[in-house]
Amino acid sequence: MSEEVIKAEGLTKIFNKSLVAVDHVNFSVKSGEIFGFLGPNGAGKTTTINMLTTVLKPTEGFAYVLGYDIVKQANNVRKVIGVVPQEYTADEDLTGYENVMLCADLYGIPRDIAKKRALELMELVELTQFKDKRVETYSGGMRRRLELACGLINRPKVLFLDEPTLGLDVQTRAATWSYIRKLKEEYGMTLFMTTHYLEEADILCDRIAIIDHGKIVAIGAPDELKDSLGGDIITISIKENADISELIRSVEHVKDVKNENGSYRIKVESGEVTAPLIIEALRKKGYTVIKLSLTEPTLNEVYLEYTGRAIRDIEESKEAVRMQRIAIRRARAE
Amino acid sequence: MSKVNEYNPSMLRGLWALTVRELKKWLKDPVMVLMLVLQPLIWMGLLGKSININAIFSSKSLVNLEIPDIQVPGSLLNPPVNGVLIIPGAFITQQLQQMFSTIGTKVMQDTFGVIDYFSYMAIGMVSMIVMTTTMFTGMSIVWDRRLGFLDKVLSTPVPRGAIIFAKVLNATLRAIFQATVILALAYLLGLQLSSNFTLLNLLGVYAAIFLLGIGLSSVFIAFSLRSTRMERPMQIISLITMPLMFASNTFFPISLMPYWIQVVAKVNPLTYLTDAVRQLTIMPLDLSTLMFDFICLGIFASILATIGIMLSWRYLTK
Ligand SMILES: Nc1ncnc2c1ncn2[C@@H]1O[C@H](COP(=O)(O)OP(=O)(O)O)[C@@H](O)[C@H]1O
Ligand SMILES: [Mg+2]
Repeated sequence: MSEEVIKAEGLTKIFNKSLVAVDHVNFSVKSGEIFGFLGPNGAGKTTTINMLTTVLKPTEGFAYVLGYDIVKQANNVRKVIGVVPQEYTADEDLTGYENVMLCADLYGIPRDIAKKRALELMELVELTQFKDKRVETYSGGMRRRLELACGLINRPKVLFLDEPTLGLDVQTRAATWSYIRKLKEEYGMTLFMTTHYLEEADILCDRIAIIDHGKIVAIGAPDELKDSLGGDIITISIKENADISELIRSVEHVKDVKNENGSYRIKVESGEVTAPLIIEALRKKGYTVIKLSLTEPTLNEVYLEYTGRAIRDIEESKEAVRMQRIAIRRARAE
Repeated sequence: MSKVNEYNPSMLRGLWALTVRELKKWLKDPVMVLMLVLQPLIWMGLLGKSININAIFSSKSLVNLEIPDIQVPGSLLNPPVNGVLIIPGAFITQQLQQMFSTIGTKVMQDTFGVIDYFSYMAIGMVSMIVMTTTMFTGMSIVWDRRLGFLDKVLSTPVPRGAIIFAKVLNATLRAIFQATVILALAYLLGLQLSSNFTLLNLLGVYAAIFLLGIGLSSVFIAFSLRSTRMERPMQIISLITMPLMFASNTFFPISLMPYWIQVVAKVNPLTYLTDAVRQLTIMPLDLSTLMFDFICLGIFASILATIGIMLSWRYLTK
C-alpha cells in the first residue's frame, strides 16, 4: 500500500509572469491515504489542485497521477480522478439529479449505468429525498454533498477535495468528515484535500503538507510534525513592561523563547518541570506573572513554528483550551 | 465501487450534454428571453410604425393641397377655341395625388426594395436580435468561469471542443428562436410577406442566421473567456450594437449613405444577414443577390469562427 498515487516534482505555477502561486513543490501521496494541503488563503492550494486535475498547466516541474503525466497524459488523468471544487459549481437551475447526470455525461458513462450510479450516490450523500429539487433550494451542506456525488460519478481512484468544509457549520463539517473517511475506509480511495482549518487537517488527514506562499514548509503525519517540535510550549505574560527573553532563556531546560507583543512563547522539554523554574526565576527578579499557560504542541504550534505566524482558525481545538485552563490553575496554585 | 470503469466521452455526447444543460437553463429563465425580445419589439413598434416613411410618399401627404380652378384661354388650345376652358382645382388635386402616389410607390420601391417601410425595418430587427442574442449568450461563459463550473468541466475528460461548440450551438439556437419570435410579432404587426414566400424560405432564413450566429458567438465567447469582469462584455455589447445597426442596412439602404459609412456597412456582416433575410421574406427574390449574401455570410462565419474557436481553445488548454 505504499504505491505513490500522486507525485509532484518541482511543480510550479507562475501567473502573469510574476506572481509565483506555487513554488517548486515536491511531495508524494500514497495509495489509500488522506493527504492534506494546509495553508492560509492565497497559499497556492487551489492552484496546486488545478494543476493536478489538469485544469491548469504548470509553468515548471512535473506531476504524475497514478503514473500518468498531468500534461502529456492529461486525458488519462481526467478519467481516473474525481474533483470536488472549492466553489459550488452545480447548476442552480437544474435539479440535483440532473446535475449528477450531467457529470456522468461529461465522463461518457453509458446512460443506464449512469442512472443507477447517480441514484446510489444521491443515497450515499443523503440527498435522495431532494434529488428532483432545483439546486437553488439547497442549503450549503446539501450543495457540498451534491458536489461530492458529482465528483464520485466516475468511481475515481483519486479524489481531490478543495476546502471541502469551507463555510459549513460545525455539525455539517463533522458529517462531511465522516463521508470522507468512509471513502477512504470502505472504498480504498486516495484523497487529496486542502484546508485552512488546523483541526480538520489534524483530525482527518493521514499526512499533511503545510504550504505557505506557494512553498511547502513542512510535510508529515500530524503527530510526527507535532513530535518534531519536541516538548511543550509555555506561554507567559508579566505585569511589568520589560523584555525578559534573556532571563527566560537562561533558565534550565528552556529551548527557545519568542516575544510576541509582550507574550512569551517558550519551548521547553517538559512543561511540568520547567514552568515552576521559570516562575521562580521571574519572581526572584521581582516580576509578577499575570498569565501562564502550558500546551503540548498542537498543529497550531507546528504551523507557527514553520510559517512564523498563526493561521486564522475559526475554532480553537477544545482540547487545547482545556489544557490551557489546567495549566493556569496549576500555576496559580504554586 | 471496487470496479473502476473507464469510459471515453465522445465529442457528440459531451456536446449534447452541455447543450441540453444550456437549453434547460434557458427554459427555466423565460424572463431573459422576454427581455431580449423587448428591445427589438420596441424599436419595431415605435420606430417602425412612427417613422412612417410610406405616408410621406403617399397621397396622404397632399390631402391639404388646395388648387384653385384654372382658367385656360381657348386661344392656347390646339386647335384654338373660343372662350375660356375651366379646369376645376379639385380635378388637378386628384390627378396630382394619383401621380404622387405612383411616384411615391416607385421611390419606396427603388429605395427600400419594398413599398412598406415597416416590413423593411422589421427584418432589420431580426438581424438585431440575432446579434444581441448571440453576444449575450456567448457571455454566459463568464459566469461558468466565475462560478467554477468551467474548471470542473475542464477536469473531466470531455473533449475541450465540446465545451466551446456547446456554447456556440446554444447561442445560435437561441438566436434562431428569438428571430422566429420577432418575425412572428412583426407579422402580427403588419409585416407584408412577399407573394413567393414559402416555408422553404424560412429554412433559408435560419441558414443565414446560423452562419452569422456561429461567427459572432465564437468571437464573443473567446472575448468573454478572456475578460475577468462580468461588466466588460456587457459594456462592449451596448457600445457596438448601435453603431453596427446604423452602419448597415438595418434601418436604411446603404446606397444612400455617405461614402465612408458605406465602406463600414459593406464589411458589416449584419448587412448581409439583413439583406438575405429580406430577399427571402419580403422582397421578390433575386437569386444572384441572395447567393452573394450567403457567400459573404459564409466568409464572415468562417473567419470569425476560426479566430474565436482558436482563441478559446488556446485559453482552455493553456
Ligand atoms: N487565474 C489566476 N490568475 C492570476 N493569479 C491567480 C490566479 N489564480 C490564483 N491566483 C493567485 O495565486 C495565489 C494562490 O491562489 P490560490 O491557489 O487560489 O490560493 P488558495 O487556494 O491557497 O487560497 C493567489 O495570490 C491568487 O491571487
Ligand atoms: Mg483555494
